[in-house]
Amino acid sequence: MRTIINKYYFAFFLFAAAMSNMFSLAFAADKDFPSLPNPPRLVNDLAGFMSSQEQASLEQKLVAYSDSTSNEIAIVTVQSIGQYDISDYTVQLFNKWKIGGKKNNNGLLIVASKEERKIWISTGYGLEGALPDGLIGQIIRDEIEPNFKQGNFYAGFEAGTNALMEAARGEYTAEPKTQHKKGAGVGTAVFIIIIILIFLSASRGGGAGGGGLLNNAGWIAASMLSNRSYGSDWGGGSSSGGGGFGGFGGGSSGGGGAGGSW
Amino acid sequence: MKKSLPFILVLLAIIMIGGCMSCSIQRSLVGLDEDVKAKWSQVQNQYQRRYDLIDNLVNTVKGAANFEKSTLTDVINARSKATSITLNAEDLSPEKLQEFQAAQGQLTQALGKLMVVNEAYPELKSNANFLKLQDELAGTENRIAVERKNYNESVQAYNVKTRIFPNNIFAGLLGFKVRGTFEADAAAQKAPSVKF
Repeated sequence: MRTIINKYYFAFFLFAAAMSNMFSLAFAADKDFPSLPNPPRLVNDLAGFMSSQEQASLEQKLVAYSDSTSNEIAIVTVQSIGQYDISDYTVQLFNKWKIGGKKNNNGLLIVASKEERKIWISTGYGLEGALPDGLIGQIIRDEIEPNFKQGNFYAGFEAGTNALMEAARGEYTAEPKTQHKKGAGVGTAVFIIIIILIFLSASRGGGAGGGGLLNNAGWIAASMLSNRSYGSDWGGGSSSGGGGFGGFGGGSSGGGGAGGSW
Repeated sequence: MKKSLPFILVLLAIIMIGGCMSCSIQRSLVGLDEDVKAKWSQVQNQYQRRYDLIDNLVNTVKGAANFEKSTLTDVINARSKATSITLNAEDLSPEKLQEFQAAQGQLTQALGKLMVVNEAYPELKSNANFLKLQDELAGTENRIAVERKNYNESVQAYNVKTRIFPNNIFAGLLGFKVRGTFEADAAAQKAPSVKF
């Protein structure tokens, strides 16, 4: 009996060891990629290519662009891409972070690695038409590489994103008004409910019962309103709250894009 | 008569249980099978895209003065050989897929050589059309890699379902065969070194 229990223990330990091994492997694969920025940002200069003012100015420009076109252009700089191919690395990071809207897949990821001196720009499925690989390659050669070669990284990113933004403009448009419409809808519903409740309480003939119902109506309205404000803070996905970037929208890339080195 | 009654009942039960099981197994396998077919057509789309790009590339390179003929011929030959091996979603057996992959791998290698040779031709290096084609090809290699990975994942889900007991018995009877996946061949992975 005892030996049987020991055997079970042994098997269990083997199993546990195997599991922990698997987890550490999975973890190692994930460690090669930067984790999703929190709070969400479009410009992630992890390798320090730019000053913080330059990063902020790029971020501001890209957030404004995302607000008006819904296209999400993200920049990530890394110290090294390790044993990965730059194109493979960029596509994997793109799909880990899920850049671009879910419906239109209109994301774009620019990855630059410091040690390898390589850059790659990956397109989401939805931007492959507006930004074919050939055009991206041309933008890299004409706008980014000459600046990078001289160490003007900010100028390179600035000129490169300008050209990309211009080419992808008009492909999709953001729907800034939908949230307002939704808000108005909820507001109207709350208003109607309050009216009905007041009406009900009034028709009951007032008194203590009526007061209770009125209080209830007020409470319901308040809780609905507070829900609404939560909704607009967290729900919007790609749309942003107060000037910042609201987070990536769930897009994916099929491997399109182009790259270069400097 | 009385003796054979329980026997018949047991037989009926077996037939009913077997029927139910094969129905549900068939249903789940059909779904996975359709997914494999959809993913395969994506893989084919990207390979087709590569053929088209190669045609354009060959024409552009031909125009360049005295471009090394043998490298170009290698690409043309490898392309026509790869095109001759078409693979329907119906017969994606491991052997056939291996054959397909080998032919595509040779084309990738020939293409890689062409891209290295062109370094010696400044005329090509400054040809905007050629540079664009080079980008498109690099992007297509990347897309092929993505679609191959998606296909492999889909096939793995399908293969597991067809091979586990008791599905394997019914899958065989219903005509669901194990499908082939792309192997990470070292040659093909190194070859698309479209140099920048």
